Amino acid sequence: MAKLAYQQSPGAKAARYAIYTILVLMAVWYLAPLYVMLSTSLKTLDEIRAGNLMSLPGSLNFDAWRTAWGSACTGVECGGMKGYFVNSLKMMIPAVLISTLLGALNGYILSMWRFKGSDAFFMALLIGTFLPFQVVILPMAQVLALLGLENSTGRLVLVHVIYGLQFTTLFFRNYYVTVPGELVKAARIDGAGFFRIFFRILLPISIPTIMVCLIWQTTQIWNDFLFGVVFSSGDGQPMTVALNNLVNTSTGVKQYNVDMAAAIIAALPTLFVYVVGGKYFVRGLTAGAVKG
Amino acid sequence: MTASRQGAPGLTFSRLADIILPRLVIAPTALACLIGFYGFIAWTAWLSFTESRLMPRYEWAGVVQYIELFGNDRWWQSMQNLAVFGGLFIFVSLAIGLVMAVFLDQKIRGEGFLRTLYLYPMALSFIVTGTAWKWILNPGLGIEKMLHDWGYTQLTFDWIINPDFAIYTVVIAGVWQSSGFVMALFLAGLRGIDDSIIKAAQMDGASLPTIYTRIIIPSLRPVFLSVFMILAHIAVKSFDLVMALTGGGPGFATDLPSIFMYQHGFTRGQLGLGAASAMMMLFTATAVVMPLLYSELRRERRG
Repeated sequence: MAKLAYQQSPGAKAARYAIYTILVLMAVWYLAPLYVMLSTSLKTLDEIRAGNLMSLPGSLNFDAWRTAWGSACTGVECGGMKGYFVNSLKMMIPAVLISTLLGALNGYILSMWRFKGSDAFFMALLIGTFLPFQVVILPMAQVLALLGLENSTGRLVLVHVIYGLQFTTLFFRNYYVTVPGELVKAARIDGAGFFRIFFRILLPISIPTIMVCLIWQTTQIWNDFLFGVVFSSGDGQPMTVALNNLVNTSTGVKQYNVDMAAAIIAALPTLFVYVVGGKYFVRGLTAGAVKG
Repeated sequence: MTASRQGAPGLTFSRLADIILPRLVIAPTALACLIGFYGFIAWTAWLSFTESRLMPRYEWAGVVQYIELFGNDRWWQSMQNLAVFGGLFIFVSLAIGLVMAVFLDQKIRGEGFLRTLYLYPMALSFIVTGTAWKWILNPGLGIEKMLHDWGYTQLTFDWIINPDFAIYTVVIAGVWQSSGFVMALFLAGLRGIDDSIIKAAQMDGASLPTIYTRIIIPSLRPVFLSVFMILAHIAVKSFDLVMALTGGGPGFATDLPSIFMYQHGFTRGQLGLGAASAMMMLFTATAVVMPLLYSELRRERRG
């Protein structure tokens, strides 16, 4: 925004100190839970009882991490988080790729190949982004039962693709309407067809939008709980559901350090995406929300 | 713009393909949208007018489920909780987000770094956030114990197990998760404002706070609207955060419509009642979002 000039009066200086102080305090407030999770996961249960939230672990002890990954109990099963972690990956990767590709094609059609009713269809799709999913999950469960899709991963991929399409379509459509139509016209005069134009001209210039979609869909699907808890069962459950089972299991001695280690494991993939995809992540979150 | 509207000199095979292909490619999405959203909403609506319990039954039974729902104390408790949680969550997130965005906009050293820090909770799932805060708020081991260790032994902070205050712990965790994101949206909005207006105001001798309160913040109206709609949407569908943080308890002190719906629809064999509560959630979301969307669309058309 504006390059505002600062009068270096004592008052203005004090104001700047106040601003910095508040900003740093806010940073501490955002970081504290991460610190608490990490330090707790490295403590033994005795250390946890003796110390408090902010105390540092006495030594680097990764036992809780090993337990969380390989042998923690969620209900009756005691195989740790690793199986559920793999479930989430197996569900996320195909769902993200399919919904992104379809979203790109849809966006391409809704911007470059408009037909009668395509604008109305786009509106119908947009409204879908605001619906609470609770209003569709009962029929969805009926349909999945009718289809005989027993496999949890297959079910979740299908559900995530269907309910992710509005967002991916929206991202690509909003990007493609900014691409000059002459580009496509010229290609058509040269005899290029529907798919050729898409794969040769539009897709190569869509890298930023593809990144936004991949990141958005990855975080949405990895972090989903509602669909996971409703449409999966037993050892086919995704990571979020398993973590919730672990934390809210009431049998045996509560192993807080294992809970925290499991929570960090559940957070690692999306944190990784956030760190690597940084600026695209912000763009993905703000896309469609703020114009320009 | 529309390529398919070009004159078609002779309907060759490739021309025909260009007409059919787009429709063919978009058909699965159209079908998914039509059935998966609008069809399923109609289906849920129908279920809500039947006596379905464990299994769906499709005989019309009138408004029995709605009568049962409106006579259900737990439902009203969950709606009241949604109002308290939603109202506070939206207001506090907006306030914190806006203030931080304005502060960050003051040519702050390390702005990129701070922005990254503020935003990372958004990458986490609500289950992770709930798990972390459940631990921090644990009266025996969390903040309360820390305060006692530091010598403030008379202080108590047992909100999470106190039915009168538990809902506020959901607000705390929700705000922690979402306020950084609100900050990012406002910051993007601030950066999009035309410099010349601000320069002119400065020439006229307006102070920085005046410029913000009189000129900059009012011009962020569309951003306020987007942020409000996103936060309202998060609040209405909030489910995972409460499930991980309090499980709806103690008692039903942090119960929300989403949890009511899930439990009746899927674990208590009350399909009809679950469907009715889902329809009420849809109406709530629509009632909040539609008037805003409508007024904004009208503004855009007129402007």
